[in-house]
Amino acid sequence: MKPKYRRLVIITLIIIILGIATQLILMALKDNIIYFYSPNDLKLKYGETKNIKNKIRIGGLVLEDSVIIENNKTTFIITDRSHQIKVYFDGSLPDLFREGQGIIAEGTFIKNNLIASQVLAKHDENYMPPEVAEALKKNGVWQGDIKQ
Amino acid sequence: MFDWLANPNRFNRITNKIQPILLLASLITIILGLYFGLYDSPKDYQQGHAVRIMYVHVPSAWLASGLYLLLAISSIFYIVWKHPLADLMSRSTAPIGALFSLLTLATGSLWGKPMWGTWWVWDARLTSMLILFFFYLGYILLSNAFERKIDGSKSAAVLAIVGIINLPIIKFSVDWWHTLHQPSSLLKFDGPTIDGQMLLPLVLMIIGFCSFASYIIILNVKTKLIEKKCEALILKLNLNEISNIR
Repeated sequence: MKPKYRRLVIITLIIIILGIATQLILMALKDNIIYFYSPNDLKLKYGETKNIKNKIRIGGLVLEDSVIIENNKTTFIITDRSHQIKVYFDGSLPDLFREGQGIIAEGTFIKNNLIASQVLAKHDENYMPPEVAEALKKNGVWQGDIKQ
Repeated sequence: MFDWLANPNRFNRITNKIQPILLLASLITIILGLYFGLYDSPKDYQQGHAVRIMYVHVPSAWLASGLYLLLAISSIFYIVWKHPLADLMSRSTAPIGALFSLLTLATGSLWGKPMWGTWWVWDARLTSMLILFFFYLGYILLSNAFERKIDGSKSAAVLAIVGIINLPIIKFSVDWWHTLHQPSSLLKFDGPTIDGQMLLPLVLMIIGFCSFASYIIILNVKTKLIEKKCEALILKLNLNEISNIR
């Protein structure tokens, strides 16, 4: 075999082996790589535990009519439309925070409630002018808020 | 075929014709893209005017990953076929790619603060993009770290090839794992989820950024070709002097 083809074969092998190795590493670290759990994931992973020592992040939608704001203290419910988790948060909320919005709350899980230290808004991949959003809502084909 | 491309004179001849077209195309599309992007396009229903950051962020991100692919492919050509021009290509691409990945991270951060409520999070997309930036920096440092230039070229090329693994991770991170970063709006099976009025400036800016980057990289390669010629000439002159003294 000519040297250049030998080099080509070696490089191809290196790439394939590295690819497989990375794949394995990523699979092993899956739990650390995901940025947040949905309430459903949390149930699957921790079962019926009421307290989780480490900081965790829970992501989902802010349940409609669940937000209560009293002197900067916020209470709301995160839902993935199958399970729900109540969140207590003392701090400033992102501008996009509102009912039906996808959000991620980070904090400690105590007695089935999340005591959040940070609340982030998640933005979806839909971009449209306000008029279009209005028209979609009017025609009842709106799905921006429930998709996440 | 690659031998055909690797001839510096031919490279100069072809790129002399392409370069003005690229420059003109990038000027026109970027000016038009900025006009539509900053002025003549609607604000977003949720993000308001912050959506306009996307017109710089998305083209930069595409270029950052696209240029890395170019860097890796030309590194493969350098390692396998040992074409000197492929090395010049990699060396010319790396700083431009680094610049665009930095721009991606910076604009993303500026958008993240008002929208997400944070400048930075360690989710899969943001982290893999940061790693891409470090691969570029690593390439630049490693390629200049050796006394003999050829050692730098070889080891940096290997580094660039290893970094290919990161590209699919960046692309699919938003689909494989839960991330704070939203999934792709443009490359979707069922068409883009961006309104037409916003799509126009975005596409214009993507074309503009790509042609501008190509223009600059070709310019870089040409400069490096001239430098190489100069070095060879100086070496020749020195040798002549030495032989004259003797």
